[in-house]
Amino acid sequence: MTVFIIRRLLQSVIVVAVMTLLVFAGVYAIGNPVEILISQDATEVERAAAIARLGLDKSLPEQYLAFLGNLLKGDLGTSFVFGEPALQLVLERFPATMELALSAMLIAVFIGVPLGLYAGLRPDSIGGRTIMTGSIFGFSLPNFWQGLMLIMFFAVILQWLPAGGRGVRGEFLGIESSFFSWDGISHLILPAINLALFKTSLVIRLTRASVRETINLDYVKFARAKGLRPRRVIGLHVLKNIMIPLVTIIGLEFGSVIAFAVVTETVFAWPGMGKLIIDSIFQLDRPVIVAYLIVIVCLFITVNLVVDILYAILDPRVRLSDQKA
Amino acid sequence: MSLLSIENLKTHFFTKAGVVKSVDGVSFDLDRGEILGIVGESGSGKSVTGFSIMGLVDPPGRLVEGSIRFDGQDLVGMAEPVMRDLRGRRIAMIFQDPMMTLNPVLRVDTQMIEALRAHGRWSDDAARQRCRDVLGQVGIPSPEERLKSYPHQFSGGMRQRVAIAIALLHEPDLIIADEPTTALDVTIQAQILFEIQKLVAENNTAMIWVTHDLAVVAGLADRVAVMYAGRIVEMGTTEEVVNRPFHPYTSGLIGSAPSRNPRGARLTQIRGMAPLPMNLPTGCAFRPRCDRATEACIIEPDATTPESEHLVRCYHPLSGASDWGTTA
Ligand SMILES: Nc1ncnc2c1ncn2[C@@H]1O[C@H](COP(=O)(O)OP(=O)(O)OP(=O)(O)O)[C@@H](O)[C@H]1O
Ligand code: SF4
Ligand SMILES: [Mg+2]
Repeated sequence: MTVFIIRRLLQSVIVVAVMTLLVFAGVYAIGNPVEILISQDATEVERAAAIARLGLDKSLPEQYLAFLGNLLKGDLGTSFVFGEPALQLVLERFPATMELALSAMLIAVFIGVPLGLYAGLRPDSIGGRTIMTGSIFGFSLPNFWQGLMLIMFFAVILQWLPAGGRGVRGEFLGIESSFFSWDGISHLILPAINLALFKTSLVIRLTRASVRETINLDYVKFARAKGLRPRRVIGLHVLKNIMIPLVTIIGLEFGSVIAFAVVTETVFAWPGMGKLIIDSIFQLDRPVIVAYLIVIVCLFITVNLVVDILYAILDPRVRLSDQKA
Repeated sequence: MSLLSIENLKTHFFTKAGVVKSVDGVSFDLDRGEILGIVGESGSGKSVTGFSIMGLVDPPGRLVEGSIRFDGQDLVGMAEPVMRDLRGRRIAMIFQDPMMTLNPVLRVDTQMIEALRAHGRWSDDAARQRCRDVLGQVGIPSPEERLKSYPHQFSGGMRQRVAIAIALLHEPDLIIADEPTTALDVTIQAQILFEIQKLVAENNTAMIWVTHDLAVVAGLADRVAVMYAGRIVEMGTTEEVVNRPFHPYTSGLIGSAPSRNPRGARLTQIRGMAPLPMNLPTGCAFRPRCDRATEACIIEPDATTPESEHLVRCYHPLSGASDWGTTA
């Protein structure tokens, strides 16, 4: 297992290295980095200073090394719009987006898996049918419209929850987060639900399909033939097997949740990376776009790594075939 | 009194396309220590008979009629917790495909110990000891190491031994073996047959051995029941059924037994196809494929015993048994 993790870590490092090369090629080698990284409003003096600072007067390999060096120092240029370091800008918004994405995924898993399990075990019951019909709605409603409806209903009509913004964050063990204050949580609920609805439907359907498939397999029948209680047959024999496809999908979807967050963050004025990137694209704030790309790629790599490790924990066949390889 | 006594068992599947009468009036008795072979083509209802005894028939299937008396109690309509207590402890089942019977994501020890603990308290040490003993009994070398393995680390034959070991854990009174060696190659099949025969004899365990292959059963079973389209069409001592089959279908099976033919060669087939369970021919279900069929066969033949202990469902039985159909 340790060997497995170390190998996956090394692979991740290689991917990051390749990624920096690609970003470098995209920004420095193909385009004119002066135009990409330095605002057009800059004066000649500012330009010259920036060119020298970014090392744009040197050869390409030297520039790449300099780029790597700057990257390690966290310097990806300065936002044209905010005048702050681009990476810092993105990272400031990072926790807000992660809060949103995490809450949405937690909702999707903790609601989707039990409902899917129920629908899979009792496909012909009224409850099972209702769940499946409900999941179709989750799939078909447009995200922004659904967000507006949530705001209308819970914020405007019922006035239970705030309509947008992030609220006051609480602090716990030195970590500042919306999770640790009621105001923060109340601001988080609607956007998280909005982001979660689609994923919940997906998890419900995937869980149900996996349960229906697994439940008829010989090893489940054999487990019952041993005289095991249904709770153990379902809770261990069935669940542990359906976790394998579930973890894969949830990992993949985590990435797409962050991408989808753009719409939700816009509708709910949630100050996350999604909103920042949309604003930056409109304003051609290129250093921020580059920083965003790098952060997202690193995030995807991390998620993939975690999924791979979970996968190996869940499925002994993966672990062993990897050791042999 | 017999250990198991099945009377007119009917298990039907109520599918959208219609009712499948998978088991349609099966009766037989089984004594302690006795081995009954159930032989028949694919789809004849052998597995469903086994699952009916285990109480593991799932919707859309249902036991619609009959009784299954096991050691004095009727299993039909028995409360699930009571049935669950018998399952694995007094009645165990081994499945056909060893590649599929063990859960791929759980270690062998997990799967064995949970079977023990389903029926009582076992300390870790005692449970592991019991598992090692039984694995040893079924011929698995270095059981301690094997316990910590996952199923995919075993060959098919070894997996089936593990499944057999799980079935033996509680020394059940009855083992239902649903074609447990069909998927294995011939030498391993022979070894496992030999070992299991020894183990049941030692424990006086009754066994139902389901198979396609009459020859496998010939060396193993005390009695044989031949199933066709959900019914037992012939039943008697192995000796009787194999050497002097009454039913035309049985005699066809003997002609097509894999073990009588060179390995890999296509078997001599019984003419025609096994009937679709949804639209069985009226009367004797074997009629469309039977060389001896007459008009009498349009009416379902009853079970008769031309000789004591040798039952047949046919108007025109073979080999010397009086051809009572023509005079009926
Ligand atoms: N869940 C089910 N739904 C509908 N029909 C079923 C179901 N299970 C079994 N059957 C039907 O019952 C009949 C008997 O099946 P069974 O599995 O007992 O056959 P078998 O004799 O064990 O055959 P094989 O040698 O292929 O294992 C088959 O025609 C099958 O189609
Ligand atoms: S009853 Fe008739 S059709 Fe059926 S097996 Fe006997 S002879 Fe053949
Ligand atoms: Mg079968």
